[in-house]
Amino acid sequence: MDFKGLLIILLSAVFINNYVLSKFLGICPFLGVSKKLNQAAGMSIAVIFVMLMATAVTYPIQKYLLDPNNLGFLQTIVFILVIASLVQLVEIILKRYIPSLHKSLGVYLPLITTNCAVLGVTILNITENYTFVQSMVNSLGSGLGFFLAMVMFSGVRSKIEGADVPKAFQGLPITLVAASITSLSFLGLTGVIENLFA
Amino acid sequence: MTLRQNFTKGLIKENPVLVLILGTCPTLAVSTGVSSALGMGAAATVVLLCSNIVISALRNVIPDKVRIPCYIVLIAGFVTMVQMLVKAFAPALDASLGIYLPLIVVNCIILGRAEMFANKNKVLDSAVDALGMGAGFTLALLLMATIREVLGNGTWMGIQIPVLAENHISIMTMAPGGFLVFGILIAIVNKISGNKNSKKEFGCAGCPSAEICGKASCGGKEEAE
Repeated sequence: MDFKGLLIILLSAVFINNYVLSKFLGICPFLGVSKKLNQAAGMSIAVIFVMLMATAVTYPIQKYLLDPNNLGFLQTIVFILVIASLVQLVEIILKRYIPSLHKSLGVYLPLITTNCAVLGVTILNITENYTFVQSMVNSLGSGLGFFLAMVMFSGVRSKIEGADVPKAFQGLPITLVAASITSLSFLGLTGVIENLFA
Repeated sequence: MTLRQNFTKGLIKENPVLVLILGTCPTLAVSTGVSSALGMGAAATVVLLCSNIVISALRNVIPDKVRIPCYIVLIAGFVTMVQMLVKAFAPALDASLGIYLPLIVVNCIILGRAEMFANKNKVLDSAVDALGMGAGFTLALLLMATIREVLGNGTWMGIQIPVLAENHISIMTMAPGGFLVFGILIAIVNKISGNKNSKKEFGCAGCPSAEICGKASCGGKEEAE
């Protein structure tokens, strides 16, 4: 297995093609659940977990069920249903067997069902023609990128809380402006990863 | 409420993007160019219209407990249809929208309108509501895309603008520009509407998972107490 290739996929998913800050996927939790560090971390860990599982399940479905039967057009419907039921199933299992984990992650799970980042990563893995291992690495990288953006941004937001902001900018607008600056910092990393291994 | 009021409320007073703050992901992502913004607006409006009509027609049939999964299946069906139509008749648009076309499924405007409006109103009202909301979404996208394309690229729908074309600010078409323009637009809307909405953190009103989100944003502690 080409280790270097996998590393490039992983690092560019985390830093260059960051799901939140450059692809605009998963903006809702990014703005909604990033007020405190522990919530931001909890939500992101749940997202990493679901992304990996969703990829592990949807990839074989696409390759061994939809593609051979010429049902590729059902992708959207099948994927969203599979992800939704998967998330429900995981929630039930966690509640029954690992209640402590359910207590910390459980609240975030239903939110992830309609999270575009999870559906996005599963569809992108197919359109990018990744192999199974590459898909899993890409999902891990995307999840980690989401984690990084959430944690960084919760730090930025805790600073905004105390700031004296013009009235019209209070609340969401200033949060978006802060997100813009955070995203600017990620833009600086463009091209770094490719050149790192050149 | 008359049909006319029903239609126009989506345009300005309850604009889904700038006032209700729904569908932020596609708004930020496809507003880099005017033509892709219009395409996205049209695609989402078609899906919204179909889903609102069908959900409203079936509102007494769908059991309350499983309504969200039912809505998602219906919406995903319509999105697939639109996706196939766009692929067949507008391949350039398909290429520029890319991943965001199938992601209309999880656009909260559509699920939000199903949950807020279509499941308690008549078919005609729901159809008009969908058209108004769709037009509002397209309008907001168009506004954002115009600002971003003119400043960032010096063009409007590919037409060169004399002075700006030589002095374009590329960052506006990139990710940070999207956040910045969106933030400033919402601030302007807040200012005009007299700061009525300025206190609200994040407009989850129409989001079907708002209740869970509220719990999640306090780390689920409400539940534990």
